[in-house]
Amino acid sequence: MTEFTPISAGIGGVLIGLAVVMLMLSIGRVAGISGIAAGVLEPQRGEWTWQLPFLIGLVAAPPLMHAAGYPLPHPVMPGSTTLIAMAGLVVGFGTRLSGGCTSGHGICGAARLSSRSIVATATFMIVAMIVVALTHHVIAGMP
Amino acid sequence: MKSGVALLCGLMFGAGLMISGMTEPQKVLGFLDILGPWDPSLIVVMAAALVVTFAGFMAVRRRATPLFAATLAWPSNREVDTPLIGGAALFGIGWGLVGLCPGPAIADLSTGSSPIVLFAGAMAAGMVARNLMNRRRATTDASAPEPG
Repeated sequence: MTEFTPISAGIGGVLIGLAVVMLMLSIGRVAGISGIAAGVLEPQRGEWTWQLPFLIGLVAAPPLMHAAGYPLPHPVMPGSTTLIAMAGLVVGFGTRLSGGCTSGHGICGAARLSSRSIVATATFMIVAMIVVALTHHVIAGMP
Repeated sequence: MKSGVALLCGLMFGAGLMISGMTEPQKVLGFLDILGPWDPSLIVVMAAALVVTFAGFMAVRRRATPLFAATLAWPSNREVDTPLIGGAALFGIGWGLVGLCPGPAIADLSTGSSPIVLFAGAMAAGMVARNLMNRRRATTDASAPEPG
């Protein structure tokens, strides 16, 4: 059970949008996290030199914010070790197959009004909502 | 210069995820759980990010080149095909199961939480698996005999 927090959600969303625009304006690249992560896993000349620092920034943000007085994230996930590993696998495989995730398709692509990204975003949102409905309300005791 | 700006963008992106609460899988699940006590925060995050990105991209599109690199790499693929929908559906399954997508998974690595490390490791394996399959298909296609 989490509370609706529109103000912090709005501020966070604006920061994410600014980061996306700044990356395009400065080095002309799309801030799609799955694409950047996949790029670092298989480095390409001229690309990893911005992809790796971007990911380092992403990981360094919570501790830096913590130093500025914010509480650290406290990620709690439902399910067993097996389920978490399976979920990670399909997230990695699926985002590469479709060429983007919540950031690449959901923000960068949708903001360019790309039909490809809008279809992808609608698909992963609806599927995720169905999965949550099933695991939280239909199948008792799942996951 | 490229690396420094990218580091700053990553920091801003991560700070945005953290301030908005998106680094908490439970908050994401609270949004995805439309049959439960719904938390619409995620849609506010996306809407705010979309408005800023839409306006910012409109301004950047007037430029021929970015500030510190040679080309603006706007994606050109607009095709809606089976891999797009299949991949998005697979991603949706994983996202719905645990409430983590790639950005928060990587930002949350900073907490050292072992389930997060496990998820991120599995995610990396899934990405590499997809790339390997892609490459094998490319090799097979290239070595296939000429038709006729």
